[in-house]
Amino acid sequence: MRHFDYARAESAQQAVAAHGSERDSAFLAGGTTLLDLVKLDVMQPQKVVDINGVDLDTIERLDDGRLRIGAMVTNTALARDERVVDDYAVLSQALLAGASTQLRNKATTGGNVMQRVRCPYFRDGVSACNKREPGSGCAAIGGVNRSVHAVLGTSDNCIATHPSDMCVAMAAIGATVEVQGPEGRREIDFADFHLLPGDTPAREHALEAGELITHVTLDAPLEGSRSAYLKLRDRQSYQFALASSAVIVRMDGNTIREARVAMGGVGTKPWRAPEVEAALKGKTASETLFADAAKRAFENAVAYAQNGYKIPLGQQAIVRNLTDLTAA
Amino acid sequence: MSDTDTKDPIIGAGVPRIDGPDKLAGRANYAADNLPANMAYGYGVFSTIAKGKVTRLDVDEAKRMPGVIDIFHHGHFPSLYRTPSSFVQGNKVEETRLPFEDERVYYEGQFVALVVADSFENARAAARHVKVEYAGESAVANLAQGLEDNGTQAGGGHSRGDAAATFDAADTTIDVTYHTPVETHNPMEMHASVAYWDAQGDLTIHDASQGVVVERNALSKIFAIAPERITVHAPYIGSGFGSKLWTWPHAVATAAVSRELGRPVQLVVPRQQMFTTTGHRPETRQRMRLATDGNGKLVSLRHEAINTTSFTDQYVETCGSVTKSLYSCPDLTVSHATTQVNRGTPTSMRAPGAAPGLFALESAIDEMALAAGVDPVQFRLDNYAERDESQDLDFSSNHIIEATQQAAERFGWHDRTPEIGSMREGREVVGYGMAACNWEALKRPCDARVSLRADGTVFASCATQDIGTGTYTIVAQAVSDVTGVPLDRITVKLGDSSYPDGPISGGSWATATTLPAIAGAARNALDELKRYATGGNGIFAEASADDLSVADGGLRYDGKQASFAEVLDAARYGSADGEAHTEAADSKYSYRSFGAHFVEVRWDPGISHLRVSRVVSAIDVGKVINATTARNQVEGAVVMGIGMGLFEATEYDERNGRPVNNDYAEYVVPVHADQPEIDVILLDYPDLAFNEYGARGIGEIGVTGLAAAIGNAVHHATGKRIRELPITLDKLMDDVPQAQSA
Ligand SMILES: Cc1cc2nc3c(=O)[nH]c(=O)nc-3n(C[C@H](O)[C@H](O)[C@H](O)COP(=O)(O)OP(=O)(O)OC[C@H]3O[C@@H](n4cnc5c(N)ncnc54)[C@H](O)[C@@H]3O)c2cc1C
Ligand code: SF4
Repeated sequence: MRHFDYARAESAQQAVAAHGSERDSAFLAGGTTLLDLVKLDVMQPQKVVDINGVDLDTIERLDDGRLRIGAMVTNTALARDERVVDDYAVLSQALLAGASTQLRNKATTGGNVMQRVRCPYFRDGVSACNKREPGSGCAAIGGVNRSVHAVLGTSDNCIATHPSDMCVAMAAIGATVEVQGPEGRREIDFADFHLLPGDTPAREHALEAGELITHVTLDAPLEGSRSAYLKLRDRQSYQFALASSAVIVRMDGNTIREARVAMGGVGTKPWRAPEVEAALKGKTASETLFADAAKRAFENAVAYAQNGYKIPLGQQAIVRNLTDLTAA
Repeated sequence: MSDTDTKDPIIGAGVPRIDGPDKLAGRANYAADNLPANMAYGYGVFSTIAKGKVTRLDVDEAKRMPGVIDIFHHGHFPSLYRTPSSFVQGNKVEETRLPFEDERVYYEGQFVALVVADSFENARAAARHVKVEYAGESAVANLAQGLEDNGTQAGGGHSRGDAAATFDAADTTIDVTYHTPVETHNPMEMHASVAYWDAQGDLTIHDASQGVVVERNALSKIFAIAPERITVHAPYIGSGFGSKLWTWPHAVATAAVSRELGRPVQLVVPRQQMFTTTGHRPETRQRMRLATDGNGKLVSLRHEAINTTSFTDQYVETCGSVTKSLYSCPDLTVSHATTQVNRGTPTSMRAPGAAPGLFALESAIDEMALAAGVDPVQFRLDNYAERDESQDLDFSSNHIIEATQQAAERFGWHDRTPEIGSMREGREVVGYGMAACNWEALKRPCDARVSLRADGTVFASCATQDIGTGTYTIVAQAVSDVTGVPLDRITVKLGDSSYPDGPISGGSWATATTLPAIAGAARNALDELKRYATGGNGIFAEASADDLSVADGGLRYDGKQASFAEVLDAARYGSADGEAHTEAADSKYSYRSFGAHFVEVRWDPGISHLRVSRVVSAIDVGKVINATTARNQVEGAVVMGIGMGLFEATEYDERNGRPVNNDYAEYVVPVHADQPEIDVILLDYPDLAFNEYGARGIGEIGVTGLAAAIGNAVHHATGKRIRELPITLDKLMDDVPQAQSA
């Protein structure tokens, strides 16, 4: 078999030290992305640092109202946490819309943030893929690109969607990623964490080699808001989003005081849509308003051979979510 | 059948699967569960181009890797023989090319080397270090390219009257073309083989196989040894849907390298290669031309189908097999043709021919009914054939009118308002659609053995298989029916080529084929027992065999009852055995199964969401042997039909023929949440002209027509006629932006 070193860390420091700053080391959390890709020979870590013994599986409310989530909190635990259910319904719903129960029981918060793209050309180990083999090209452009390829944030080098549902909710809520690295601790704004493919699609996130995510801290809930996640796909369950929306609104009667909107399935990263939010702010809720606002998110969208439908579908995900939320 | 009819009949009862507890407890051994001592593991190296040649194969580095025993490839592989691959001779395979026969590559995912190592992981790791260089050629990636590059090869058909002339003269006509994509079987259990040779040079192979006898015969040809020297075991199969009917290259290669190495070898085909080298339902294009007269009577019907096949073999998807006889139509033509593409050889997938064929036919019938201004149910009732006009034979038993009417009634078809989009509930537009379903009833020759044993148990065996459908259970029911012995004292053994020859588990013929042979063998065993009872020191020595009756698991004479065990004990015999051979179906009638599906879909245009919300299916398959497993077959088939209608398609990159969505995450099949309320009506009219049980088999018919019923319902809801499966949401959306460039 392909050999790799295995180390089990008991603390964040140990994990970081064991990992080192090698690009070919990997932290092992739930393993649902990592082991899958190792078995496909797409990820080939020389060293695996198991962080399941690191004490990062608690959720705490901070004094300033924010919610601090340990990187090892499972997707199931996070989705069922009462504070999440009550204050961040959109996050709970997004988590439960993802994967399957078995996967969610293993998958962790840190791992979910770090999950890799589902592009089949990335996973096949053979096709041209700039993520897997920088400079080799992008087989998805001009190939099969119906379901897990984006219309927003794409480049000539990569068009794969960021697959996570959880991250879309986090993008809408606003969050901070806390990391610990060889150089110490630092915080990264969630909006800056995932990178657009641009000319360097192999670089997917803002972590430096050897940095460990220790927590994701959610912004304090928007006072008096309601929120929901709507995921659209071919089958009813167990499929990545073709398009999804995470919406948080604060209403005053029929007027939208504030709205936060993010999208999944359509962008190369969890896609916050400030132009939609701006178009909604202070306006009277109506389907015409929603449709008009949603359209703005896609003004710069680029359709590829098979995924042009995501442009209207993404708008529908926003409009329906807003309609239901503001009617409630 | 039984000559005593005192208890509730066991035939037709919904008894649970007798193999259920073993499966639940993990005691049922599937092919890859066999781990003979000293077993080595094989792992394939698979071509990464779809067409061309291997120019260089460098195994040096791989060979030095831990645990590697040997690496086989063209030039280093034993010389084998071809099988004539004859269905009639029972030695058919689908891909006739022998593994590693030459350096050619015909499809992506073809075996180009086979690594054998001491563990699965070592074999896989080494396989990844085999360096293969190719001279690639431009691949024929799909049906359209095949037609352009190579045209077609004829694949048979049927013709009566002059369909073209009547069409040209007719009042109302339609001319439409349907398209169905490649579907991959995707059974849960991976294709797997475990092979070993004994000191005498006899081969044993555990294979995920739907046909142990045919596999034995094919291997006998390939290895040029007598069939008696090969045993194929497949007691349990984690389903196959047709992909395990015929032996594929991996099984041949496993047996070959096991002989070379002189030790057992196991090979499991990875999921990705189950999309390439173990068959698939081919892509089809079907042109339908129909015409009616002024009274809505079908007067002309042409069904011209083309399907993709490989460059190594011709596989014909007989899309028009049902078209010939379902409707009455004097002027009719059905034609089949193939076009070669760089994909592996296709094979039967549940309801081959009929599943894609009835998508086209039953959608076209709907279009024709609309064009003629007739309600689709009425149109069918008016046009169903009363006899098989393609063979000029009566149907043995046909209750399609009743099936259609019962299902329509149960479904509530009369509530349907025909205007498009006229039925709404909240945000959803409701669509009603229906389609006929149909499947040929087949019965093959079969042998079986039944032993009544001195310990009071009964042993029945036949070299057919239970592919998860319930064959073990219905065989036990037949034995119990004839002997009166309860199920818990009956042992059934299947899936072993050394048992009396039984049929492949395909074509929905296992029930109709196996049960009469089993019943015959049981009766012969009882006759033998009666001879023992009336012989020299027999328990009823004073009687003659004819005076004895069979009752309650024993023999009765003159008011006295003796159990089988007592009879055998008195005569000092360990068992009374019977064998029987039954023949294939005769050709006095056209034997077919019939039915109708009614489907409700819901389309939410605000989020482009389509779902199947309700299905009512009425099925006429003759006598139902086991109400539970029969219903289960239809429900499962309906779910598979929903997959075919809405989700399933193996997508190939049109630039190079590579199958792209080759795993369970990306190849979308229905999950539980997609399953609607399914109401199955089993008509249960015994077809006694067909066999003594009157059963016709139920495995496939449920898949046929379902995708058309969905499409027809979608049309009713949305006004869109989707002629290309699957009916995904993007095909139903308006104003979809097109790509600016790629
Ligand atoms: C079949 C299938 C279907 C799925 N469907 C969905 C879906 O519908 N929606 C969805 O959102 N997701 C889906 N997923 C993805 C799933 O959510 C992710 O695989 C999971 O969240 C990853 O978490 P993990 O803990 O298992 O990560 P791992 O596999 O352990 O790790 C993933 C990556 O993150 C790195 N990593 C892990 N923890 C840290 C850390 N603390 N700091 C730095 N790096 C870290 C690892 O080194 C690795 O590179 C699906 C997955 C599968 C296999
Ligand atoms: S879309 Fe991205 S991940 Fe997919 S092939 Fe192109 S570069 Fe690779």
